[in-house]
Amino acid sequence: MSKRIVSATINGEVNEFLVEPYHTLLEALRNELGLTGSKEGCGNGNCGACNVVMNGQLVNSCCVLGVEANGATITTIEGVAEGEQLHPLQQQFLEDAALQCGICTPGFIVAAKQLLETEQDADEERMRHFLAGNLCRCTGYDKIIKAVINARDVMRSTAGAR
Amino acid sequence: MLAKHGAAARVLAGGTDLIIQAREGRRDVAVMVDVKGIAEATQLSLAGDGALRIGAATSCSAIYHNKDVAKAFPALIDSASLIGSVQIQARASIGGNLCNSGPAGDSIPTLIALGAACHIAGPAGERTVPVEEFCTGPSRNVLQNGEMLVSISFPAPAAHSGAAFERFIPRNEMDIAVVNACSNVTLSADGQTFTAARIAIGAVAPTPLYVPAAGAALVGQPVSDATIAKACEAAQAAATPITDMRGSVEQRHHLVGVLVRRTINKAVKRARG
Ligand SMILES: Cc1cc2nc3c(=O)[nH]c(=O)nc-3n(C[C@H](O)[C@H](O)[C@H](O)COP(=O)(O)OP(=O)(O)OC[C@H]3O[C@@H](n4cnc5c(N)ncnc54)[C@H](O)[C@@H]3O)c2cc1C
Ligand code: FES
Ligand code: FES
Repeated sequence: MSKRIVSATINGEVNEFLVEPYHTLLEALRNELGLTGSKEGCGNGNCGACNVVMNGQLVNSCCVLGVEANGATITTIEGVAEGEQLHPLQQQFLEDAALQCGICTPGFIVAAKQLLETEQDADEERMRHFLAGNLCRCTGYDKIIKAVINARDVMRSTAGAR
Repeated sequence: MLAKHGAAARVLAGGTDLIIQAREGRRDVAVMVDVKGIAEATQLSLAGDGALRIGAATSCSAIYHNKDVAKAFPALIDSASLIGSVQIQARASIGGNLCNSGPAGDSIPTLIALGAACHIAGPAGERTVPVEEFCTGPSRNVLQNGEMLVSISFPAPAAHSGAAFERFIPRNEMDIAVVNACSNVTLSADGQTFTAARIAIGAVAPTPLYVPAAGAALVGQPVSDATIAKACEAAQAAATPITDMRGSVEQRHHLVGVLVRRTINKAVKRARG
């Protein structure tokens, strides 16, 4: 089988790349585009470490074929910070020690950002429910949820200040 | 494409079963045909009379984000919002859930209880099959090589009717059902008597199971615990569960009774508004 050309807007830039038809979007991001922030935890849709936002929806990039990304707009963990300025979620994950090995962290941040951008008043229960597709084997989740709550409050106060 | 490649070709909807099965080598797939570009396969249309048609590849999240559909078909939303996680729901379709034909597929009892029909297209033309006749065994269904499921249609809900789906899993989220069930009931105008009912259960037989006897136990009877207990017994009698890592025969029998009772009670509540 021959490689296919895929054109997609990734983190605001149009990219053209080649993928094998049977390769996942996660493989394309990591191996063709060098965007290795998205991780493969399970490769079967259970852990969320590979999360990206594709056409406005949070997806597991290990369950999407690279060719399905043709024409899509995608945000990966690499597109979350603005230049040197960390996103409030990234800042809070650091301050609240919400990571240990860090494999799950990119997925949690991409997923939590999607939640907080669509539901800025999400409460803890909603957060835990929304993030049920993201697994962490190290932290026990409480610190992650605390970081998301704190980031929500930061995001709300900066939104209010504008 | 599908006809040309026969059994080696598979329809790709959300890919949450197919891509994983193919990559884990559990399914031999030479050709995947992505049907998400076909408008009919991704439609979500609620007719003026209340009938609903959803494309086979329409995602669960597209379904539960549609407020009119959510209001008119709450049992469908029960199912769509339980399949996997938010990430899975963004991609996973009801058509894919049905065509994957797992005994525990969380949309299938709901489709059966709601009286939905499968609209199938293939080289020999189009045909319509009631959902309860679609699955023929674990991972098996009536689709022939070259055929695809195009859409699923639902009759308009009757006046004074309500439906509800529930499943039992050992965790809070993200697991395969030990047992699942959907009940769809219609009540008399005063809300005191059952006038029609369709009940379906899953994960307790080789395919999701329509149990006409459970519905029949309700019809013409007053809404009461005693009546509902009769329907639960009928559903338990129809179940032929097995013991596996998720649950034992005894536990599944018990759960059929519990879930049928709960879904009937919830359906009654919804029917009364
Ligand atoms: C992490 C995870 C959690 C999950 N949780 C649940 C759960 O809680 N409950 C549950 O029921 N399922 C669950 N699933 C399974 C899966 O997500 C669902 O079965 C889903 O609805 C499948 O839809 P899809 O669009 O992704 O199908 P696909 O993977 O695209 O297709 C599934 C199968 O159906 C065939 N097919 C698809 N569409 C058609 C069509 N239109 N015509 C003919 N054949 C077709 C495909 O060829 C394939 O064999 C889970 C999966 C994962 C990875
Ligand atoms: S690697 Fe994609 S969900 Fe685990
Ligand atoms: S920090 Fe190790 S998996 Fe979450």
